[in-house]
Formats: sequence, structure tokens, C-alpha cells
Amino acid sequence: MTIEINNRPYDLPDDARISLLDFMRERLEFFGSKKGCNQGACGACTVLVDGERILSCLALAAQYDGRSVTTIEGVANGDELHPLQALFVEHEGMQCGYCTPGQIMSGIALKSELERGAPSNVSSDLTVAPRLSRDEIKERLSGNLCRCGAHNGIIDAVAAYVGGEEQ
Amino acid sequence: MNPLTYEKATSSTDALERHDGDAAKFLGAGTNLVDLMREGIATPTRLIDVTGLAQSIEEQSDGGLRIGAGVSNTAVAEDATVRAQYPALSRAILAGASAQIRNMATVGGNILQRTRCSYFYDVAGSRCNKRSPGEGCDAIGGFNRAHGILGVSDSCIATHPSDMAVALSLYDAVINVESDEGTRSIPINDFYVLPEDTPDIENQLNPGELIVSVDLPAPSANRRATYRKVRDRASYAFALVSVAGSLIIKDGLVVDAGISLGGVAPKPWRAIEAEAAIVGSPPTEETFRNAAQIALADATTQPGNVFKTELAQRVIVAVLQDLAGDAQ
Repeated sequence: MTIEINNRPYDLPDDARISLLDFMRERLEFFGSKKGCNQGACGACTVLVDGERILSCLALAAQYDGRSVTTIEGVANGDELHPLQALFVEHEGMQCGYCTPGQIMSGIALKSELERGAPSNVSSDLTVAPRLSRDEIKERLSGNLCRCGAHNGIIDAVAAYVGGEEQ
Repeated sequence: MNPLTYEKATSSTDALERHDGDAAKFLGAGTNLVDLMREGIATPTRLIDVTGLAQSIEEQSDGGLRIGAGVSNTAVAEDATVRAQYPALSRAILAGASAQIRNMATVGGNILQRTRCSYFYDVAGSRCNKRSPGEGCDAIGGFNRAHGILGVSDSCIATHPSDMAVALSLYDAVINVESDEGTRSIPINDFYVLPEDTPDIENQLNPGELIVSVDLPAPSANRRATYRKVRDRASYAFALVSVAGSLIIKDGLVVDAGISLGGVAPKPWRAIEAEAAIVGSPPTEETFRNAAQIALADATTQPGNVFKTELAQRVIVAVLQDLAGDAQ
């Protein structure tokens, strides 16, 4: 039973109870993904599994045998920030920073969801690819809470990432 | 600490063979079960992972659609046939949870998720007849803004939290289950049972039975359908009231109407009598108001959720008016 995290293989834990989040933080010392609510309500633990965003606090690590996980530690290229990380800095998409790793992982996944034409709750026509708008981005980021209230900067950063700087 | 083992089933037959009694539980993505285990509400000692099974969405020879129980909520909502032919299902799923949870959650797990009643989850501090039969219900007389007004009982006023199931109810979906004794199919509108004095029993599924797929009947021509959810914030919250509605209008008269309500009952609440009251009438606000009153006629409210009766009526009227407007 092995799992790949940020392109490196790790043995999965024997204990079936351990969540993917606890496994990463407490056994492997990947402290980037945060344990906010631990009940699927805040999004601070968001990671990508095979490119799709999930909540690692509700995921039992044992279920992810053979899967490939990307955390915030895996998005930069050496010292070069991921483009969305740089945009969060530029747009001040944070205050305390606690929710930021989850927000960024969500933002990265959100872009690929839009690119494949995935509809959302605010898409007016389900039969065509959704039109990019601020409302679409807000809806698609609604699973990531920011208790500092930095949402406007967060949305600005993600809008710039998915739509180019002119957004 | 309770012992817990994990194993991954390779087929539905394999899953059924591994299920050896009450201590075993089939595991979907865990978006609800992991929480229930943490809170000490569910206490399985053997988890049988069925997430790798039943992954397909297939059109049937009768024109219907079969959705595997292991398909993710995201995959159902994004499926081209679902979006075009069963739009209320796509909309209902997209109105639920967050993208992260929808990516994980399976169809079977969504159907079987437990109520979000906070007294049900408060093991240490609250009485709950659903969790501990006979103990009492602290939601009655407590903070019950989110609770049910239809089909509830003196022992339980919890709601079923699913959005997806409300749309499945509208479309008369059928749930296919397998067990050691074979297979059977249960219409979703018969699947859930009302609490009465045994709120711990929520559906017709027997121990060891596994949901393997959901069938949607062939779509009806000219049927318009949608889903509208009203909640305390714009996104990522459970429904106060939701309505899956549909209309077929021909020559200025409604020839078919569908109404299923979420957030108000222990199950997706199909308003059969209200539907019947619309059929044969012109698609006017008056017709829809009359139907909405019929749909909520038997509501029994608590001080915290008394607003739901009028809110549900208004959402029914708004949804049907939107559908009627689209048809013109």
C-alpha cells in the first residue's frame, strides 16, 4: 500500500482510522494542509488527488492506495512560486494565512474544472460551457472559508489566474 | 479504542461476501461515515470499501439512464446526458456541498447519508431518538430552524439532508440493491421510511444489502425541470427549503407536473396531491398557489421553523412560474 505525495512514494499507515490529512501532517510532516474544522466544513485541508480537489480531513488514507496527491508543498518550482501563489501575494489574498494553502489548491483545481466546461450552481445554462464571471469564481470557491474575510483578494487572485490579468 | 479493519472490495459479489454482520459497513468516500465514526455515532469494526465499483453511467435500451452507485457526485452533475435530459438532477447536485466534497461523494453514499440534525451529532450533550432509540428528542423544544415540518413525528423532526435525492424523487428514480439473496429494485419514493416512533430506521435497506445503481426512467418529451435551493447563505449550506419541480405544458394547459421538496421532511417529499391539482389547469400563478397550499396543508411546525411553511409555498410557486415562463 503506497501513496504518492508531491511525486514521492510513501507507505500508507496500517491504522485504517487515520485520515489522509493526519497522515500527511503527523506522520510525514507535510504541515501545509491545515486542520481547520476536521469535519468537512472549512476547506483548509484541500489537496489534489490525481488532479481533482478533495478534503483530506474526510478522506481515510487507506482509501488512497496507488493515488497521487499534490499539496501546497508540491506546487512551486523550486524557489519559483506557482503562478497562483504569486497572484495571492500580488492581490493580498490572505491575512493570517491559515486557509491559504486550501484556497490555492482549490484555485488550481477550479481552473481545470472551468477549462473542461464543468457547470456550477450559478451557471445559467447547463448545456454549454459556463461563461467566466466573478459569480462563477465565488461559487466555485465557496467550499473554502476565510475567517479573516480576505475573500475579495482571494477572488481577485483566482480571477487573474483563470482569466488572465485583465479580469 | 475500537478495533477497525479496512479492505477494498473487488466486485459487488466480493463486497457482499466480505460483509459478515452488523460490525461491518460498506464504505463510500466517507464524507459522512468518517464524521459519524469520529463522533461515535457509527461504530463499525470492519470497513469494506466499495468506491472502486459501479463507476459507469449507461444509457438503457428503454431510453432511461443507469447510474452506478460508485459514480462521484461531480461525474453525475457533469454528465452530458444528465445535464441535457435530467437538468434538475444536475442542478440539485451542484447546489449541494462543495466541489471538494462532490468530487469525493458517491451516489450510493449520498442516498444513505444521515441527517445533519445537530442534536443527532451531539452524543455527549443531547438526547436523540434516532441515535439512541427511546431516549427523547432535544430538537423538539430546542433550536429547530433547520428541522422538518412534513412527515415528522413526536419522536423525531430531523430532515434528510440530500439535494440529489430530491431530484431523484422528482424523476421517479429506482434504486437497485444486491444482497446474498439476490437483487431487488426499490423506487426512491418508497425507499425512505418515515420516523414515526422508530426514527433509527430510515430506509428499506436490510443489513448487508448494497446499493449498486440508480435507474432514471426515460425522459419525457417537453418536460421542463429545475431545482431551487434556499439556505442561510448563498452557497455551501444545507437547504432550509428546496424544490425540484417539473412541468409539461400543452395547448395552454399543464399535462404533467412534478414537485419534490427538500429540507422539510425526513425524506425527499413528493407532493403528489399538489401535482394532481395542477394537471389540467392553465399554468398560472393562481394554479401554482393553490397547489403550494395543498403541498403544505399537513405541515406541523416548531417555533424555530414555522417560517418554512410559507417559504416552501413561495419557492414552489416561484419554481413553477419559472418553468411555465420558460415554456412560453
